[in-house]
Amino acid sequence: MSKRIDVSDLNVYYGDFLAVEDVSMTLDAKSVTAFIGPSGCGKSTFLRTLNRMHEVIPGARVEGKVLLDGDNLYADGVDPVTVRSQIGMVFQRPNPFPTMSIRDNVLAGVKLNSRRMAKSDADELVETSLRSANLWNEVKDRLGKPGSGLSGGQQQRLCIARAIAVSPDVILMDEPCSALDPISTLAIEDLINELKDEYTVVIVTHNMQQAARVSDKTAFFNIAGTGKPGRLIEFAETATIFNNPGQKSTEDYVSGRFG
Amino acid sequence: MSTTKLARGMKSGRTGTGRAGDKVFSGAALGAGVLIVVVLFAVALFLVIQALPTFSANPADITGGRGFFSYILPIVIGTLIAAAIALVIATPIGIAVALYISHYAPRSMARGLGYVVDLLAAIPSVIYGAWGATFLASQLKAPYQWLADNLGWIPIFGGPASGTGKTILTAGIVLAVMVLPIIASLTREIFLQAPMLHQEAALALGATRWEMIRMAVLPFARGGIISAVMLGLGRALGETMAVALVLSSGPLIASLIRSGNQTIAAEIALDFPEAFGLRLNELIAAGLVLFLITLLVNMVARWIISRHKEFSGAN
Repeated sequence: MSKRIDVSDLNVYYGDFLAVEDVSMTLDAKSVTAFIGPSGCGKSTFLRTLNRMHEVIPGARVEGKVLLDGDNLYADGVDPVTVRSQIGMVFQRPNPFPTMSIRDNVLAGVKLNSRRMAKSDADELVETSLRSANLWNEVKDRLGKPGSGLSGGQQQRLCIARAIAVSPDVILMDEPCSALDPISTLAIEDLINELKDEYTVVIVTHNMQQAARVSDKTAFFNIAGTGKPGRLIEFAETATIFNNPGQKSTEDYVSGRFG
Repeated sequence: MSTTKLARGMKSGRTGTGRAGDKVFSGAALGAGVLIVVVLFAVALFLVIQALPTFSANPADITGGRGFFSYILPIVIGTLIAAAIALVIATPIGIAVALYISHYAPRSMARGLGYVVDLLAAIPSVIYGAWGATFLASQLKAPYQWLADNLGWIPIFGGPASGTGKTILTAGIVLAVMVLPIIASLTREIFLQAPMLHQEAALALGATRWEMIRMAVLPFARGGIISAVMLGLGRALGETMAVALVLSSGPLIASLIRSGNQTIAAEIALDFPEAFGLRLNELIAAGLVLFLITLLVNMVARWIISRHKEFSGAN
């Protein structure tokens, strides 16, 4: 199920603008990796290159390699649609499809990949996905109701259920808690801890306590100045990054001296 | 002292009748609003008064000799048929054009295409009419002949096919070309407003572009598409010149490829110059009916738009 990602010498461009420069790192399978760094340092941009969502923006392109268990996502002939069905994504703002019921939201991705599905199989998948997302007990009596009627935290967990329903190899989360209250945030963090038993999880966060709580490894990104590309400054065990960082700028950032 | 002055100043500033500029503007706005209602009311009043003799006249004196209702019904149906043909053709093409511009075409090309579509809407209808009458009709003679030979058993393709090609189907096609830019440019605007949030959600699940459009764009745009179609319908119903030039009119018939049928607007345009007396009242009554139909279409469109607000995805 879960696969590791090897990134080597990755440059990310918006048109001619180099947004992220020369990133190489390995994201282990069945672990949580957190990306931290000040705003605009390219951590979200970099995250979006891992499932080729980056290129949705006109003019955006990538140089370098991203290997998913050895297969280059950017090799010729690789369809981004296939990549995205293997590497799920959860966004900053909860985005369940407003015109679909909770049940249809969970099944949205599955219906794309395998057209026909017996109703009992679908029911089972809805239940296991919602259970994995710790949402089943809250919504089991109103699966037919619109997903947009849930609270923000519930909507975000619905989006996670939707992402894991297609059984991806990796789950990318782009600041999944930044629009949520502390209680919902806690629920998502608990969920992330459970998810790493089965999935490779990558999370971008502005909240350093969150990175410290949920991740096994942490990558610190920084930017030299406006108009300069973002760079990976340091990538190590989370405990090392927070307690004994190797770089001065990492230490300044995690101790709150800037950013 | 200064405090009381300030307080007084604020007080007078806050009362609704305060500043002169506000007064002038609110008066002008009110005047403009009232003017529209007055004009609409005056038009309706004129139509009703001028049409009244038709309803009280001896049925035998009405064109056709069997009363106003049996005079107006065939051309109402003709109007609706022509408009329906136009919409059936223009809606899918218009939506496809809009989707291509909003979601498929490269950005530089999309802009150019958008201009061209908007330009199409600005061409005067008499030019469309001339094109339909002199070019399109003669091009369609052979296809109509083929339809009559092969599908003639379906009433709407019943032969013999028109020798000139100037049929209600040709008129409907010309109307479709005229309505197309309206539908295309309105729906394009709505497609462009579809929330990026949900489009990205669909893409991140592994949706192809078309699947993404079906999941995140079309459901969002549904109400907007309907109102765009309704506005197109309004134009198709009221179009006069193009139909008058293209259609070789006649009594109501089922076949779309024979000469025949007539629309209200074209009937008025063709007969008005020589009409007098009761015939004039008749045509104005026909105009009243058209007025009511378009009013109804606009009300339905309004209703659909307002209903759409509640379940729009823009939350």
